[in-house]
Amino acid sequence: MKDKDMKKSYSLFIPCDEANHVCDKSQYNEASLLEKIKLSIHLMYCKACQKYTKNNTKLTKILKDKNVSYMKDNEVTDLEKQFQEQLKEFSDKN
Amino acid sequence: MSTNTNTMAEHQLDPNSWIRNYSDYLFNYTISRVDDREIAKDLVQETFFAGLRSMKNFEGKASERTWLVSILKRKIIDHYRKINSNKGKAEVRMSYNSSEESEGDWLEERVADPYASNAESDIENNELGLAIHKCLSTLPEKQAKIFKMKTIDNFDTETICNEFDITSSNLWVIIHRARTSMAACMEKNWF
Repeated sequence: MKDKDMKKSYSLFIPCDEANHVCDKSQYNEASLLEKIKLSIHLMYCKACQKYTKNNTKLTKILKDKNVSYMKDNEVTDLEKQFQEQLKEFSDKN
Repeated sequence: MSTNTNTMAEHQLDPNSWIRNYSDYLFNYTISRVDDREIAKDLVQETFFAGLRSMKNFEGKASERTWLVSILKRKIIDHYRKINSNKGKAEVRMSYNSSEESEGDWLEERVADPYASNAESDIENNELGLAIHKCLSTLPEKQAKIFKMKTIDNFDTETICNEFDITSSNLWVIIHRARTSMAACMEKNWF
């Protein structure tokens, strides 16, 4: 498991920034078991990260439950273009 | 009803801002009900066009968004009717409601008001859906794009890194910032 973006820590105790990073990764199921264990240990004593983890998990759940979807840039551009044509046609008529 | 009443009304229509303000919300509303991107796009477009054509009927009693959603709802129902008649009035189980109790219900019953039993939570859910899109639109453009690709489209880290030419640690910093802003923005809607 190579993880270049964070310094490898051999201790089970990790600093807050690393805890948050693991928390972010675990939202996408990309955290390893060891990382998750380290996060759990960190969360036992760190109030700030507990709050972050709680909100982060909630955000993931809401986005998943609501099945959020969005229009891609080119789709919005197409829509905008066609709508502007209609709008022009419409205001010409009136 | 004369058009003069419009100027007196509480709510005004501004078609120029429709796409920017409502397309994502309406699209999301539609896709959760029809489950097909292309159809959803068409229905949203038709809604905007129909809105344009019936602007003179707008009484200003409801907000612009509510009014557009009511047009969209009719478009969706029309769409259901169309596919239903194509199937020779076959029994159709709606994909947007997977709970078992609705099994065997007839299409017409479901379409009339699929959430009638839980109108309260439907309102809440719509507001939550709107809040999500509002919050997403407050993110800086690149951050929003990357966050959506990662979180909503579920692209893997490597694909996004290649697309935007960034390192994976860049990506996680961006994701972290986006999630922090989203959480702060959504916080008041959670409770």
